[in-house]
Amino acid sequence: MSTITPELYVRVQSFFEEYGRLLDEDRLETWVELFTEDARYEIVSRENHEQGLPLSLMLCDSRDMLHDRIYSLREANIYNIHTDCHVIGTARILHENGVLSAVAPYSLFQSTQEGETRLFSVGRYHLTFAETGGRLSISRLRVVTDTGAILTLLATPI
Amino acid sequence: MSATLNAEAIDRYRFPAADCSRIPYGMYRDPDIYALEQERIFRGPIWNFLALEDEIPNPGDFRLVEVGDTPVIVDRARDGSLHAMVNRCSHRGSIVQRATHGNAKTHVCCYHQWSFDLTGNLVGVPFQKGVKGVGGLPADFDKSCHALRKLRVESLNGAIFGTFSDDTPPLREYLGPVFTHQVERLFNRKLRILGYQRQRIFGNWKLYTDNLRDPNHGGLLHMFQITFGIARLNATGGAKLDADGKHNLSWAAQGGRAGNAEDPGKDYGDTGRGDMNIKLRDPSLLRYHKEFPDDLTLAVTSLFANAALQQIGNTLAVRQIRTRSADEFEIVSTFFGYEDDDEAMQRHRLRKANLAGPAGLVSMEDGEAVELVHRAIVRDGQDHSVVEFGGRGPVRDQENLISDVPMRGFWMYYCKLMGIPTGETAS
Repeated sequence: MSTITPELYVRVQSFFEEYGRLLDEDRLETWVELFTEDARYEIVSRENHEQGLPLSLMLCDSRDMLHDRIYSLREANIYNIHTDCHVIGTARILHENGVLSAVAPYSLFQSTQEGETRLFSVGRYHLTFAETGGRLSISRLRVVTDTGAILTLLATPI
Repeated sequence: MSATLNAEAIDRYRFPAADCSRIPYGMYRDPDIYALEQERIFRGPIWNFLALEDEIPNPGDFRLVEVGDTPVIVDRARDGSLHAMVNRCSHRGSIVQRATHGNAKTHVCCYHQWSFDLTGNLVGVPFQKGVKGVGGLPADFDKSCHALRKLRVESLNGAIFGTFSDDTPPLREYLGPVFTHQVERLFNRKLRILGYQRQRIFGNWKLYTDNLRDPNHGGLLHMFQITFGIARLNATGGAKLDADGKHNLSWAAQGGRAGNAEDPGKDYGDTGRGDMNIKLRDPSLLRYHKEFPDDLTLAVTSLFANAALQQIGNTLAVRQIRTRSADEFEIVSTFFGYEDDDEAMQRHRLRKANLAGPAGLVSMEDGEAVELVHRAIVRDGQDHSVVEFGGRGPVRDQENLISDVPMRGFWMYYCKLMGIPTGETAS
């Protein structure tokens, strides 16, 4: 196991900060660029996760698929008008056999145009990084959501 | 007494037309109507979809479901037979089985340890005779009189249905030939359960059953397929109903007629929708591997009152509607493939699941649409929805998608079961 240097620790925590901020600021196209070309992003309920059932709520197994989903949100889909607020907890970082990964808890609050807020989703990010050109990217992100009973609908990514 | 109070609620609203082309808003908001529905619809002479046999393949396997808002255990007994019973202890009314699924020899209530066998019979009462003759139940207490309340169960090709009523006709008769075929078509061999999706919608459950019976909204609200040029409302499709009009199959098929062939967007009027033809970066999501003998690429079968069977391309699921109150319901979807799917087919189904469910690219809008209606109809319970696409009068099969006739079929049957008089003449 490689050591987690203070520098690496800060880089990973900062990465999650950027991840949540891009979603909260509705910069979804920029958020997509956090992923590698062949990245896999999925949101899976704890119910399926624990039973070993493979079904996701959302599954993109390439950055192109992520682009398509964001493009569809912009151009085609109709969903509840809301603002997201991600509160991402401190990540537990693993660095084994040259693979950098992290697990971080999240809470996602959704607010309406009138300023009514609800707790929309809680769960954990299971993230595997790729490092290219000194920059961290997501090669795999599995969002395991405790809130498997989706409130209303799930449009914007978690 | 409560039954009488609730029954009077139906006098509060008027269906002005016998063909249910007008639906009073109050039917969606009134808690007394909701309570009456539990009695006359969900516990009435209908078959409720409960679960799939492949979810409980072994003796002792069980799953918790809900019929309307009544908690129900579905399980398989030692001899392989299927059973369903209300998950409420005959002693003090507690939930008996707390795990959502599992395998059990008996269902034991944690409160006072009363235990019930897999058919729902009371088999164990701790300290029934007290200690050394002191305490315990009266000598004449008869365990056989204190079973869990049982539902009658029938299975068709592994789809398990249950009913509370003795008056419900046999399942095949209730479904009718078209819908028996739809169940047999989808459940044609052993399944592989891929997982569950749950969605809580803050609106009345009938706004969702309406949505399921309204093919007209498909190409207007759900713009994913239109935007990416893969399907249009003016494509080949239609709706089939049973003799009562209570069940509905909304279908679309590969190939066939186009609307305005020169300019496919023209039929959309000035809405600015329907004239796009943008390509997906990863179009593999839209590929359909033909797997049924017919040409249907979309087949959503809504069974009165709590179920929808879904084929969206190769995404297969059964949805169960669980009511929570007049203002909330849950959709629990069980996605599946077939046991003989190879790895590539399973991967394809899992990717295509992106189209359906609460995050579905062609379905997420339904949650929003239901809530928009529910919020706006809080007052003016005597005002009406207008249901005239596809015409007025008797309900029949529709040969195109520009129709909400199946909605009227649902409501005509609903009114019959609820004992609601509708207008004299079908206008």
